Amino acid sequence: MRDVAVVGFAQRQMKDFDGSPSMAELLVPILAECYEQTGWAKKDIGFWCSGSSDYLAGRSFSFVSAIDAIGVLPPVNESHVEMDAAWALYEAWLKIQTGEVDTALVFGFGKASAGVLRRTLTLQLDPYTMTPLWPDTVSLAALQARLGLDAGLWDEAALAEVVNRSLTDAEKNEYAVRAGGSSVGELLARPMFADPLRKHDCAPVTDGAAAIVLAAGDRAYDANQRPAWITGIAHSSDGLHLGTRDLTISGSAERAAAAVGGTAGVQVAELHAPFSHQELVLRSALGLADDVAVSPSGGALAANPMFSAGAIRIGEAAKRIWDGSADKVLGHATSGPALQQNLVCVMEGRN
Amino acid sequence: MTVAFDYTRSTGPVIGRFLTGLRDATIVGGRLADGRVAVPPPEFDPVSHQAVTEFVELPDTGTVTSWTWVSEPVAGQPFERPFAWALITVDGAGTPWLHAVDVASPDDIETGMRVRARWSEERTGSVNDLVFEPDTGDRAVAQTPAAGDDVSRIVTPVGLDYHYAASPEESSFFRGLAEGRILGQRCPKCRKVYVPPRGACPTDGVPTAEEVELSQVGTVTTFCIVNVPFLGQKIKPPYVSAYVLLDGADIALQHLILDIPAEEVRMGMRVEAVWKPREEWGTSIENISHFAPADEPDADFDSYKHHL
Repeated sequence: MRDVAVVGFAQRQMKDFDGSPSMAELLVPILAECYEQTGWAKKDIGFWCSGSSDYLAGRSFSFVSAIDAIGVLPPVNESHVEMDAAWALYEAWLKIQTGEVDTALVFGFGKASAGVLRRTLTLQLDPYTMTPLWPDTVSLAALQARLGLDAGLWDEAALAEVVNRSLTDAEKNEYAVRAGGSSVGELLARPMFADPLRKHDCAPVTDGAAAIVLAAGDRAYDANQRPAWITGIAHSSDGLHLGTRDLTISGSAERAAAAVGGTAGVQVAELHAPFSHQELVLRSALGLADDVAVSPSGGALAANPMFSAGAIRIGEAAKRIWDGSADKVLGHATSGPALQQNLVCVMEGRN
Repeated sequence: MTVAFDYTRSTGPVIGRFLTGLRDATIVGGRLADGRVAVPPPEFDPVSHQAVTEFVELPDTGTVTSWTWVSEPVAGQPFERPFAWALITVDGAGTPWLHAVDVASPDDIETGMRVRARWSEERTGSVNDLVFEPDTGDRAVAQTPAAGDDVSRIVTPVGLDYHYAASPEESSFFRGLAEGRILGQRCPKCRKVYVPPRGACPTDGVPTAEEVELSQVGTVTTFCIVNVPFLGQKIKPPYVSAYVLLDGADIALQHLILDIPAEEVRMGMRVEAVWKPREEWGTSIENISHFAPADEPDADFDSYKHHL
């Protein structure tokens, strides 16, 4: 295995991006920030991989327009996944493992505000038995939340505590589109949106984009004084049929955590939990110790841009290695309904 | 803008058996490797991955295992007013099924509540052939199974609505069209002129900035003759769709070539923009009706060979 590190990270998150759904104009400054952080130029990047979806953009081959932001003469070595950019990062990590390239830049983007996000996401469900009913993703998460409430695995106060901590932490995040802690009591007094979930239990619809730079071996030190070395990365998926999954646990997150050798020693975990109860499911599935700092960025409840929010978790976690405030961190990404697919990326600093 | 498409899907034997059951007002489950019955039946067992081959006809009653209240329904859902989704464990099944329950308020549903299917009069073999309702024990109408061939194919219409915002570069292009002008922008690095302007020069990855008004006359660099009729076609085939390299631009613009028989259109032909009557203008490329032959000799291949 080659040693690969996260050495660059830039993001933009906002409520409403006033521009085209291909977002090339938003990606230009993000890529420029990655070049500035690493001291590299386009020619120093060996491989490019993006994550986005035509369903979100409402136009075909939208990722091709986004490539304009790179500038592709001479041609670049490039790929795309219809997944969060965290999975693009996985592909780039594999590409570096093959030895074909030493560096990669991955990016994700999505303008969720162009459509009705909770309805658009219906198209990721089983097209025979689910999509014809148009079950929105917020409702599916609410069904999951109630299963845990009824089973006594969590209560409404526990969900409100997750929200309160997230929105309090988000006050320090300049990219948060929702921020401001209050109290468990105040949160519980707010009306239901998708009973038993209130609006603050659900991630805000967010437009945004993000990019992460990877580098192997000594190249990592060219770009970053304290690279965040990826010491474990894995992803796993649960089945298509909602009814055959136990929604109160996350088998795929457990398998991903097991594949990276567990989470012992992790000090900071940035979890991609678009619904408050899902953080509790993930904490348990990933086997996080009680003293782990969970999502100090404010997490997905503060901003959740489709196709980059997972990669942003990895980037936020990596920043804690770069600044020396942690030695071992975890970034997590999810995709699909009710935590169907999960990716875990453990990173460590070297002293 | 709405993007819509009717997906036609073959069902295969397992989903086909399930949907045929629904068409005949019967809930059909499939037996999993661990002995439980799953509704809907998956084609393959989620754990053992063995094919599901044993089907079980179940009653159309069940119990709410979990529920939520849809306070703001979205298009296409079973009700246009607020309603409940539930995970319903059909009697005899071991896994829950997601479906809608017709109750008036969230106070009228709870976990453990008994529900029964309410079948549509006209059933096609779809999960929309029924909704659930509270089971009050007195069923008014007996169902008559529909006869017919097994369901082997379904049509799933999908339609999504989008609100598009124009980027700053696109805005200047569209505003120009409203004034009868064709505006491009020049890349500050490679100096190429893009029309329509882009958020980033695809060669250099920097925003195009300097505005350039382009000529209304250009050269056909390549073209195709459209012979195939399609839904929404506005012009009778055969007609020509071409790339027109406007004088002063480095990127060709796609548009129609009319006022000339299709077979006479050629590479290098000089054409000019024909605008619709001014009162029909909006902020769209459709302000230009088409391009028509300009009274000029054809351009040399060398003059556009780098723009193909």
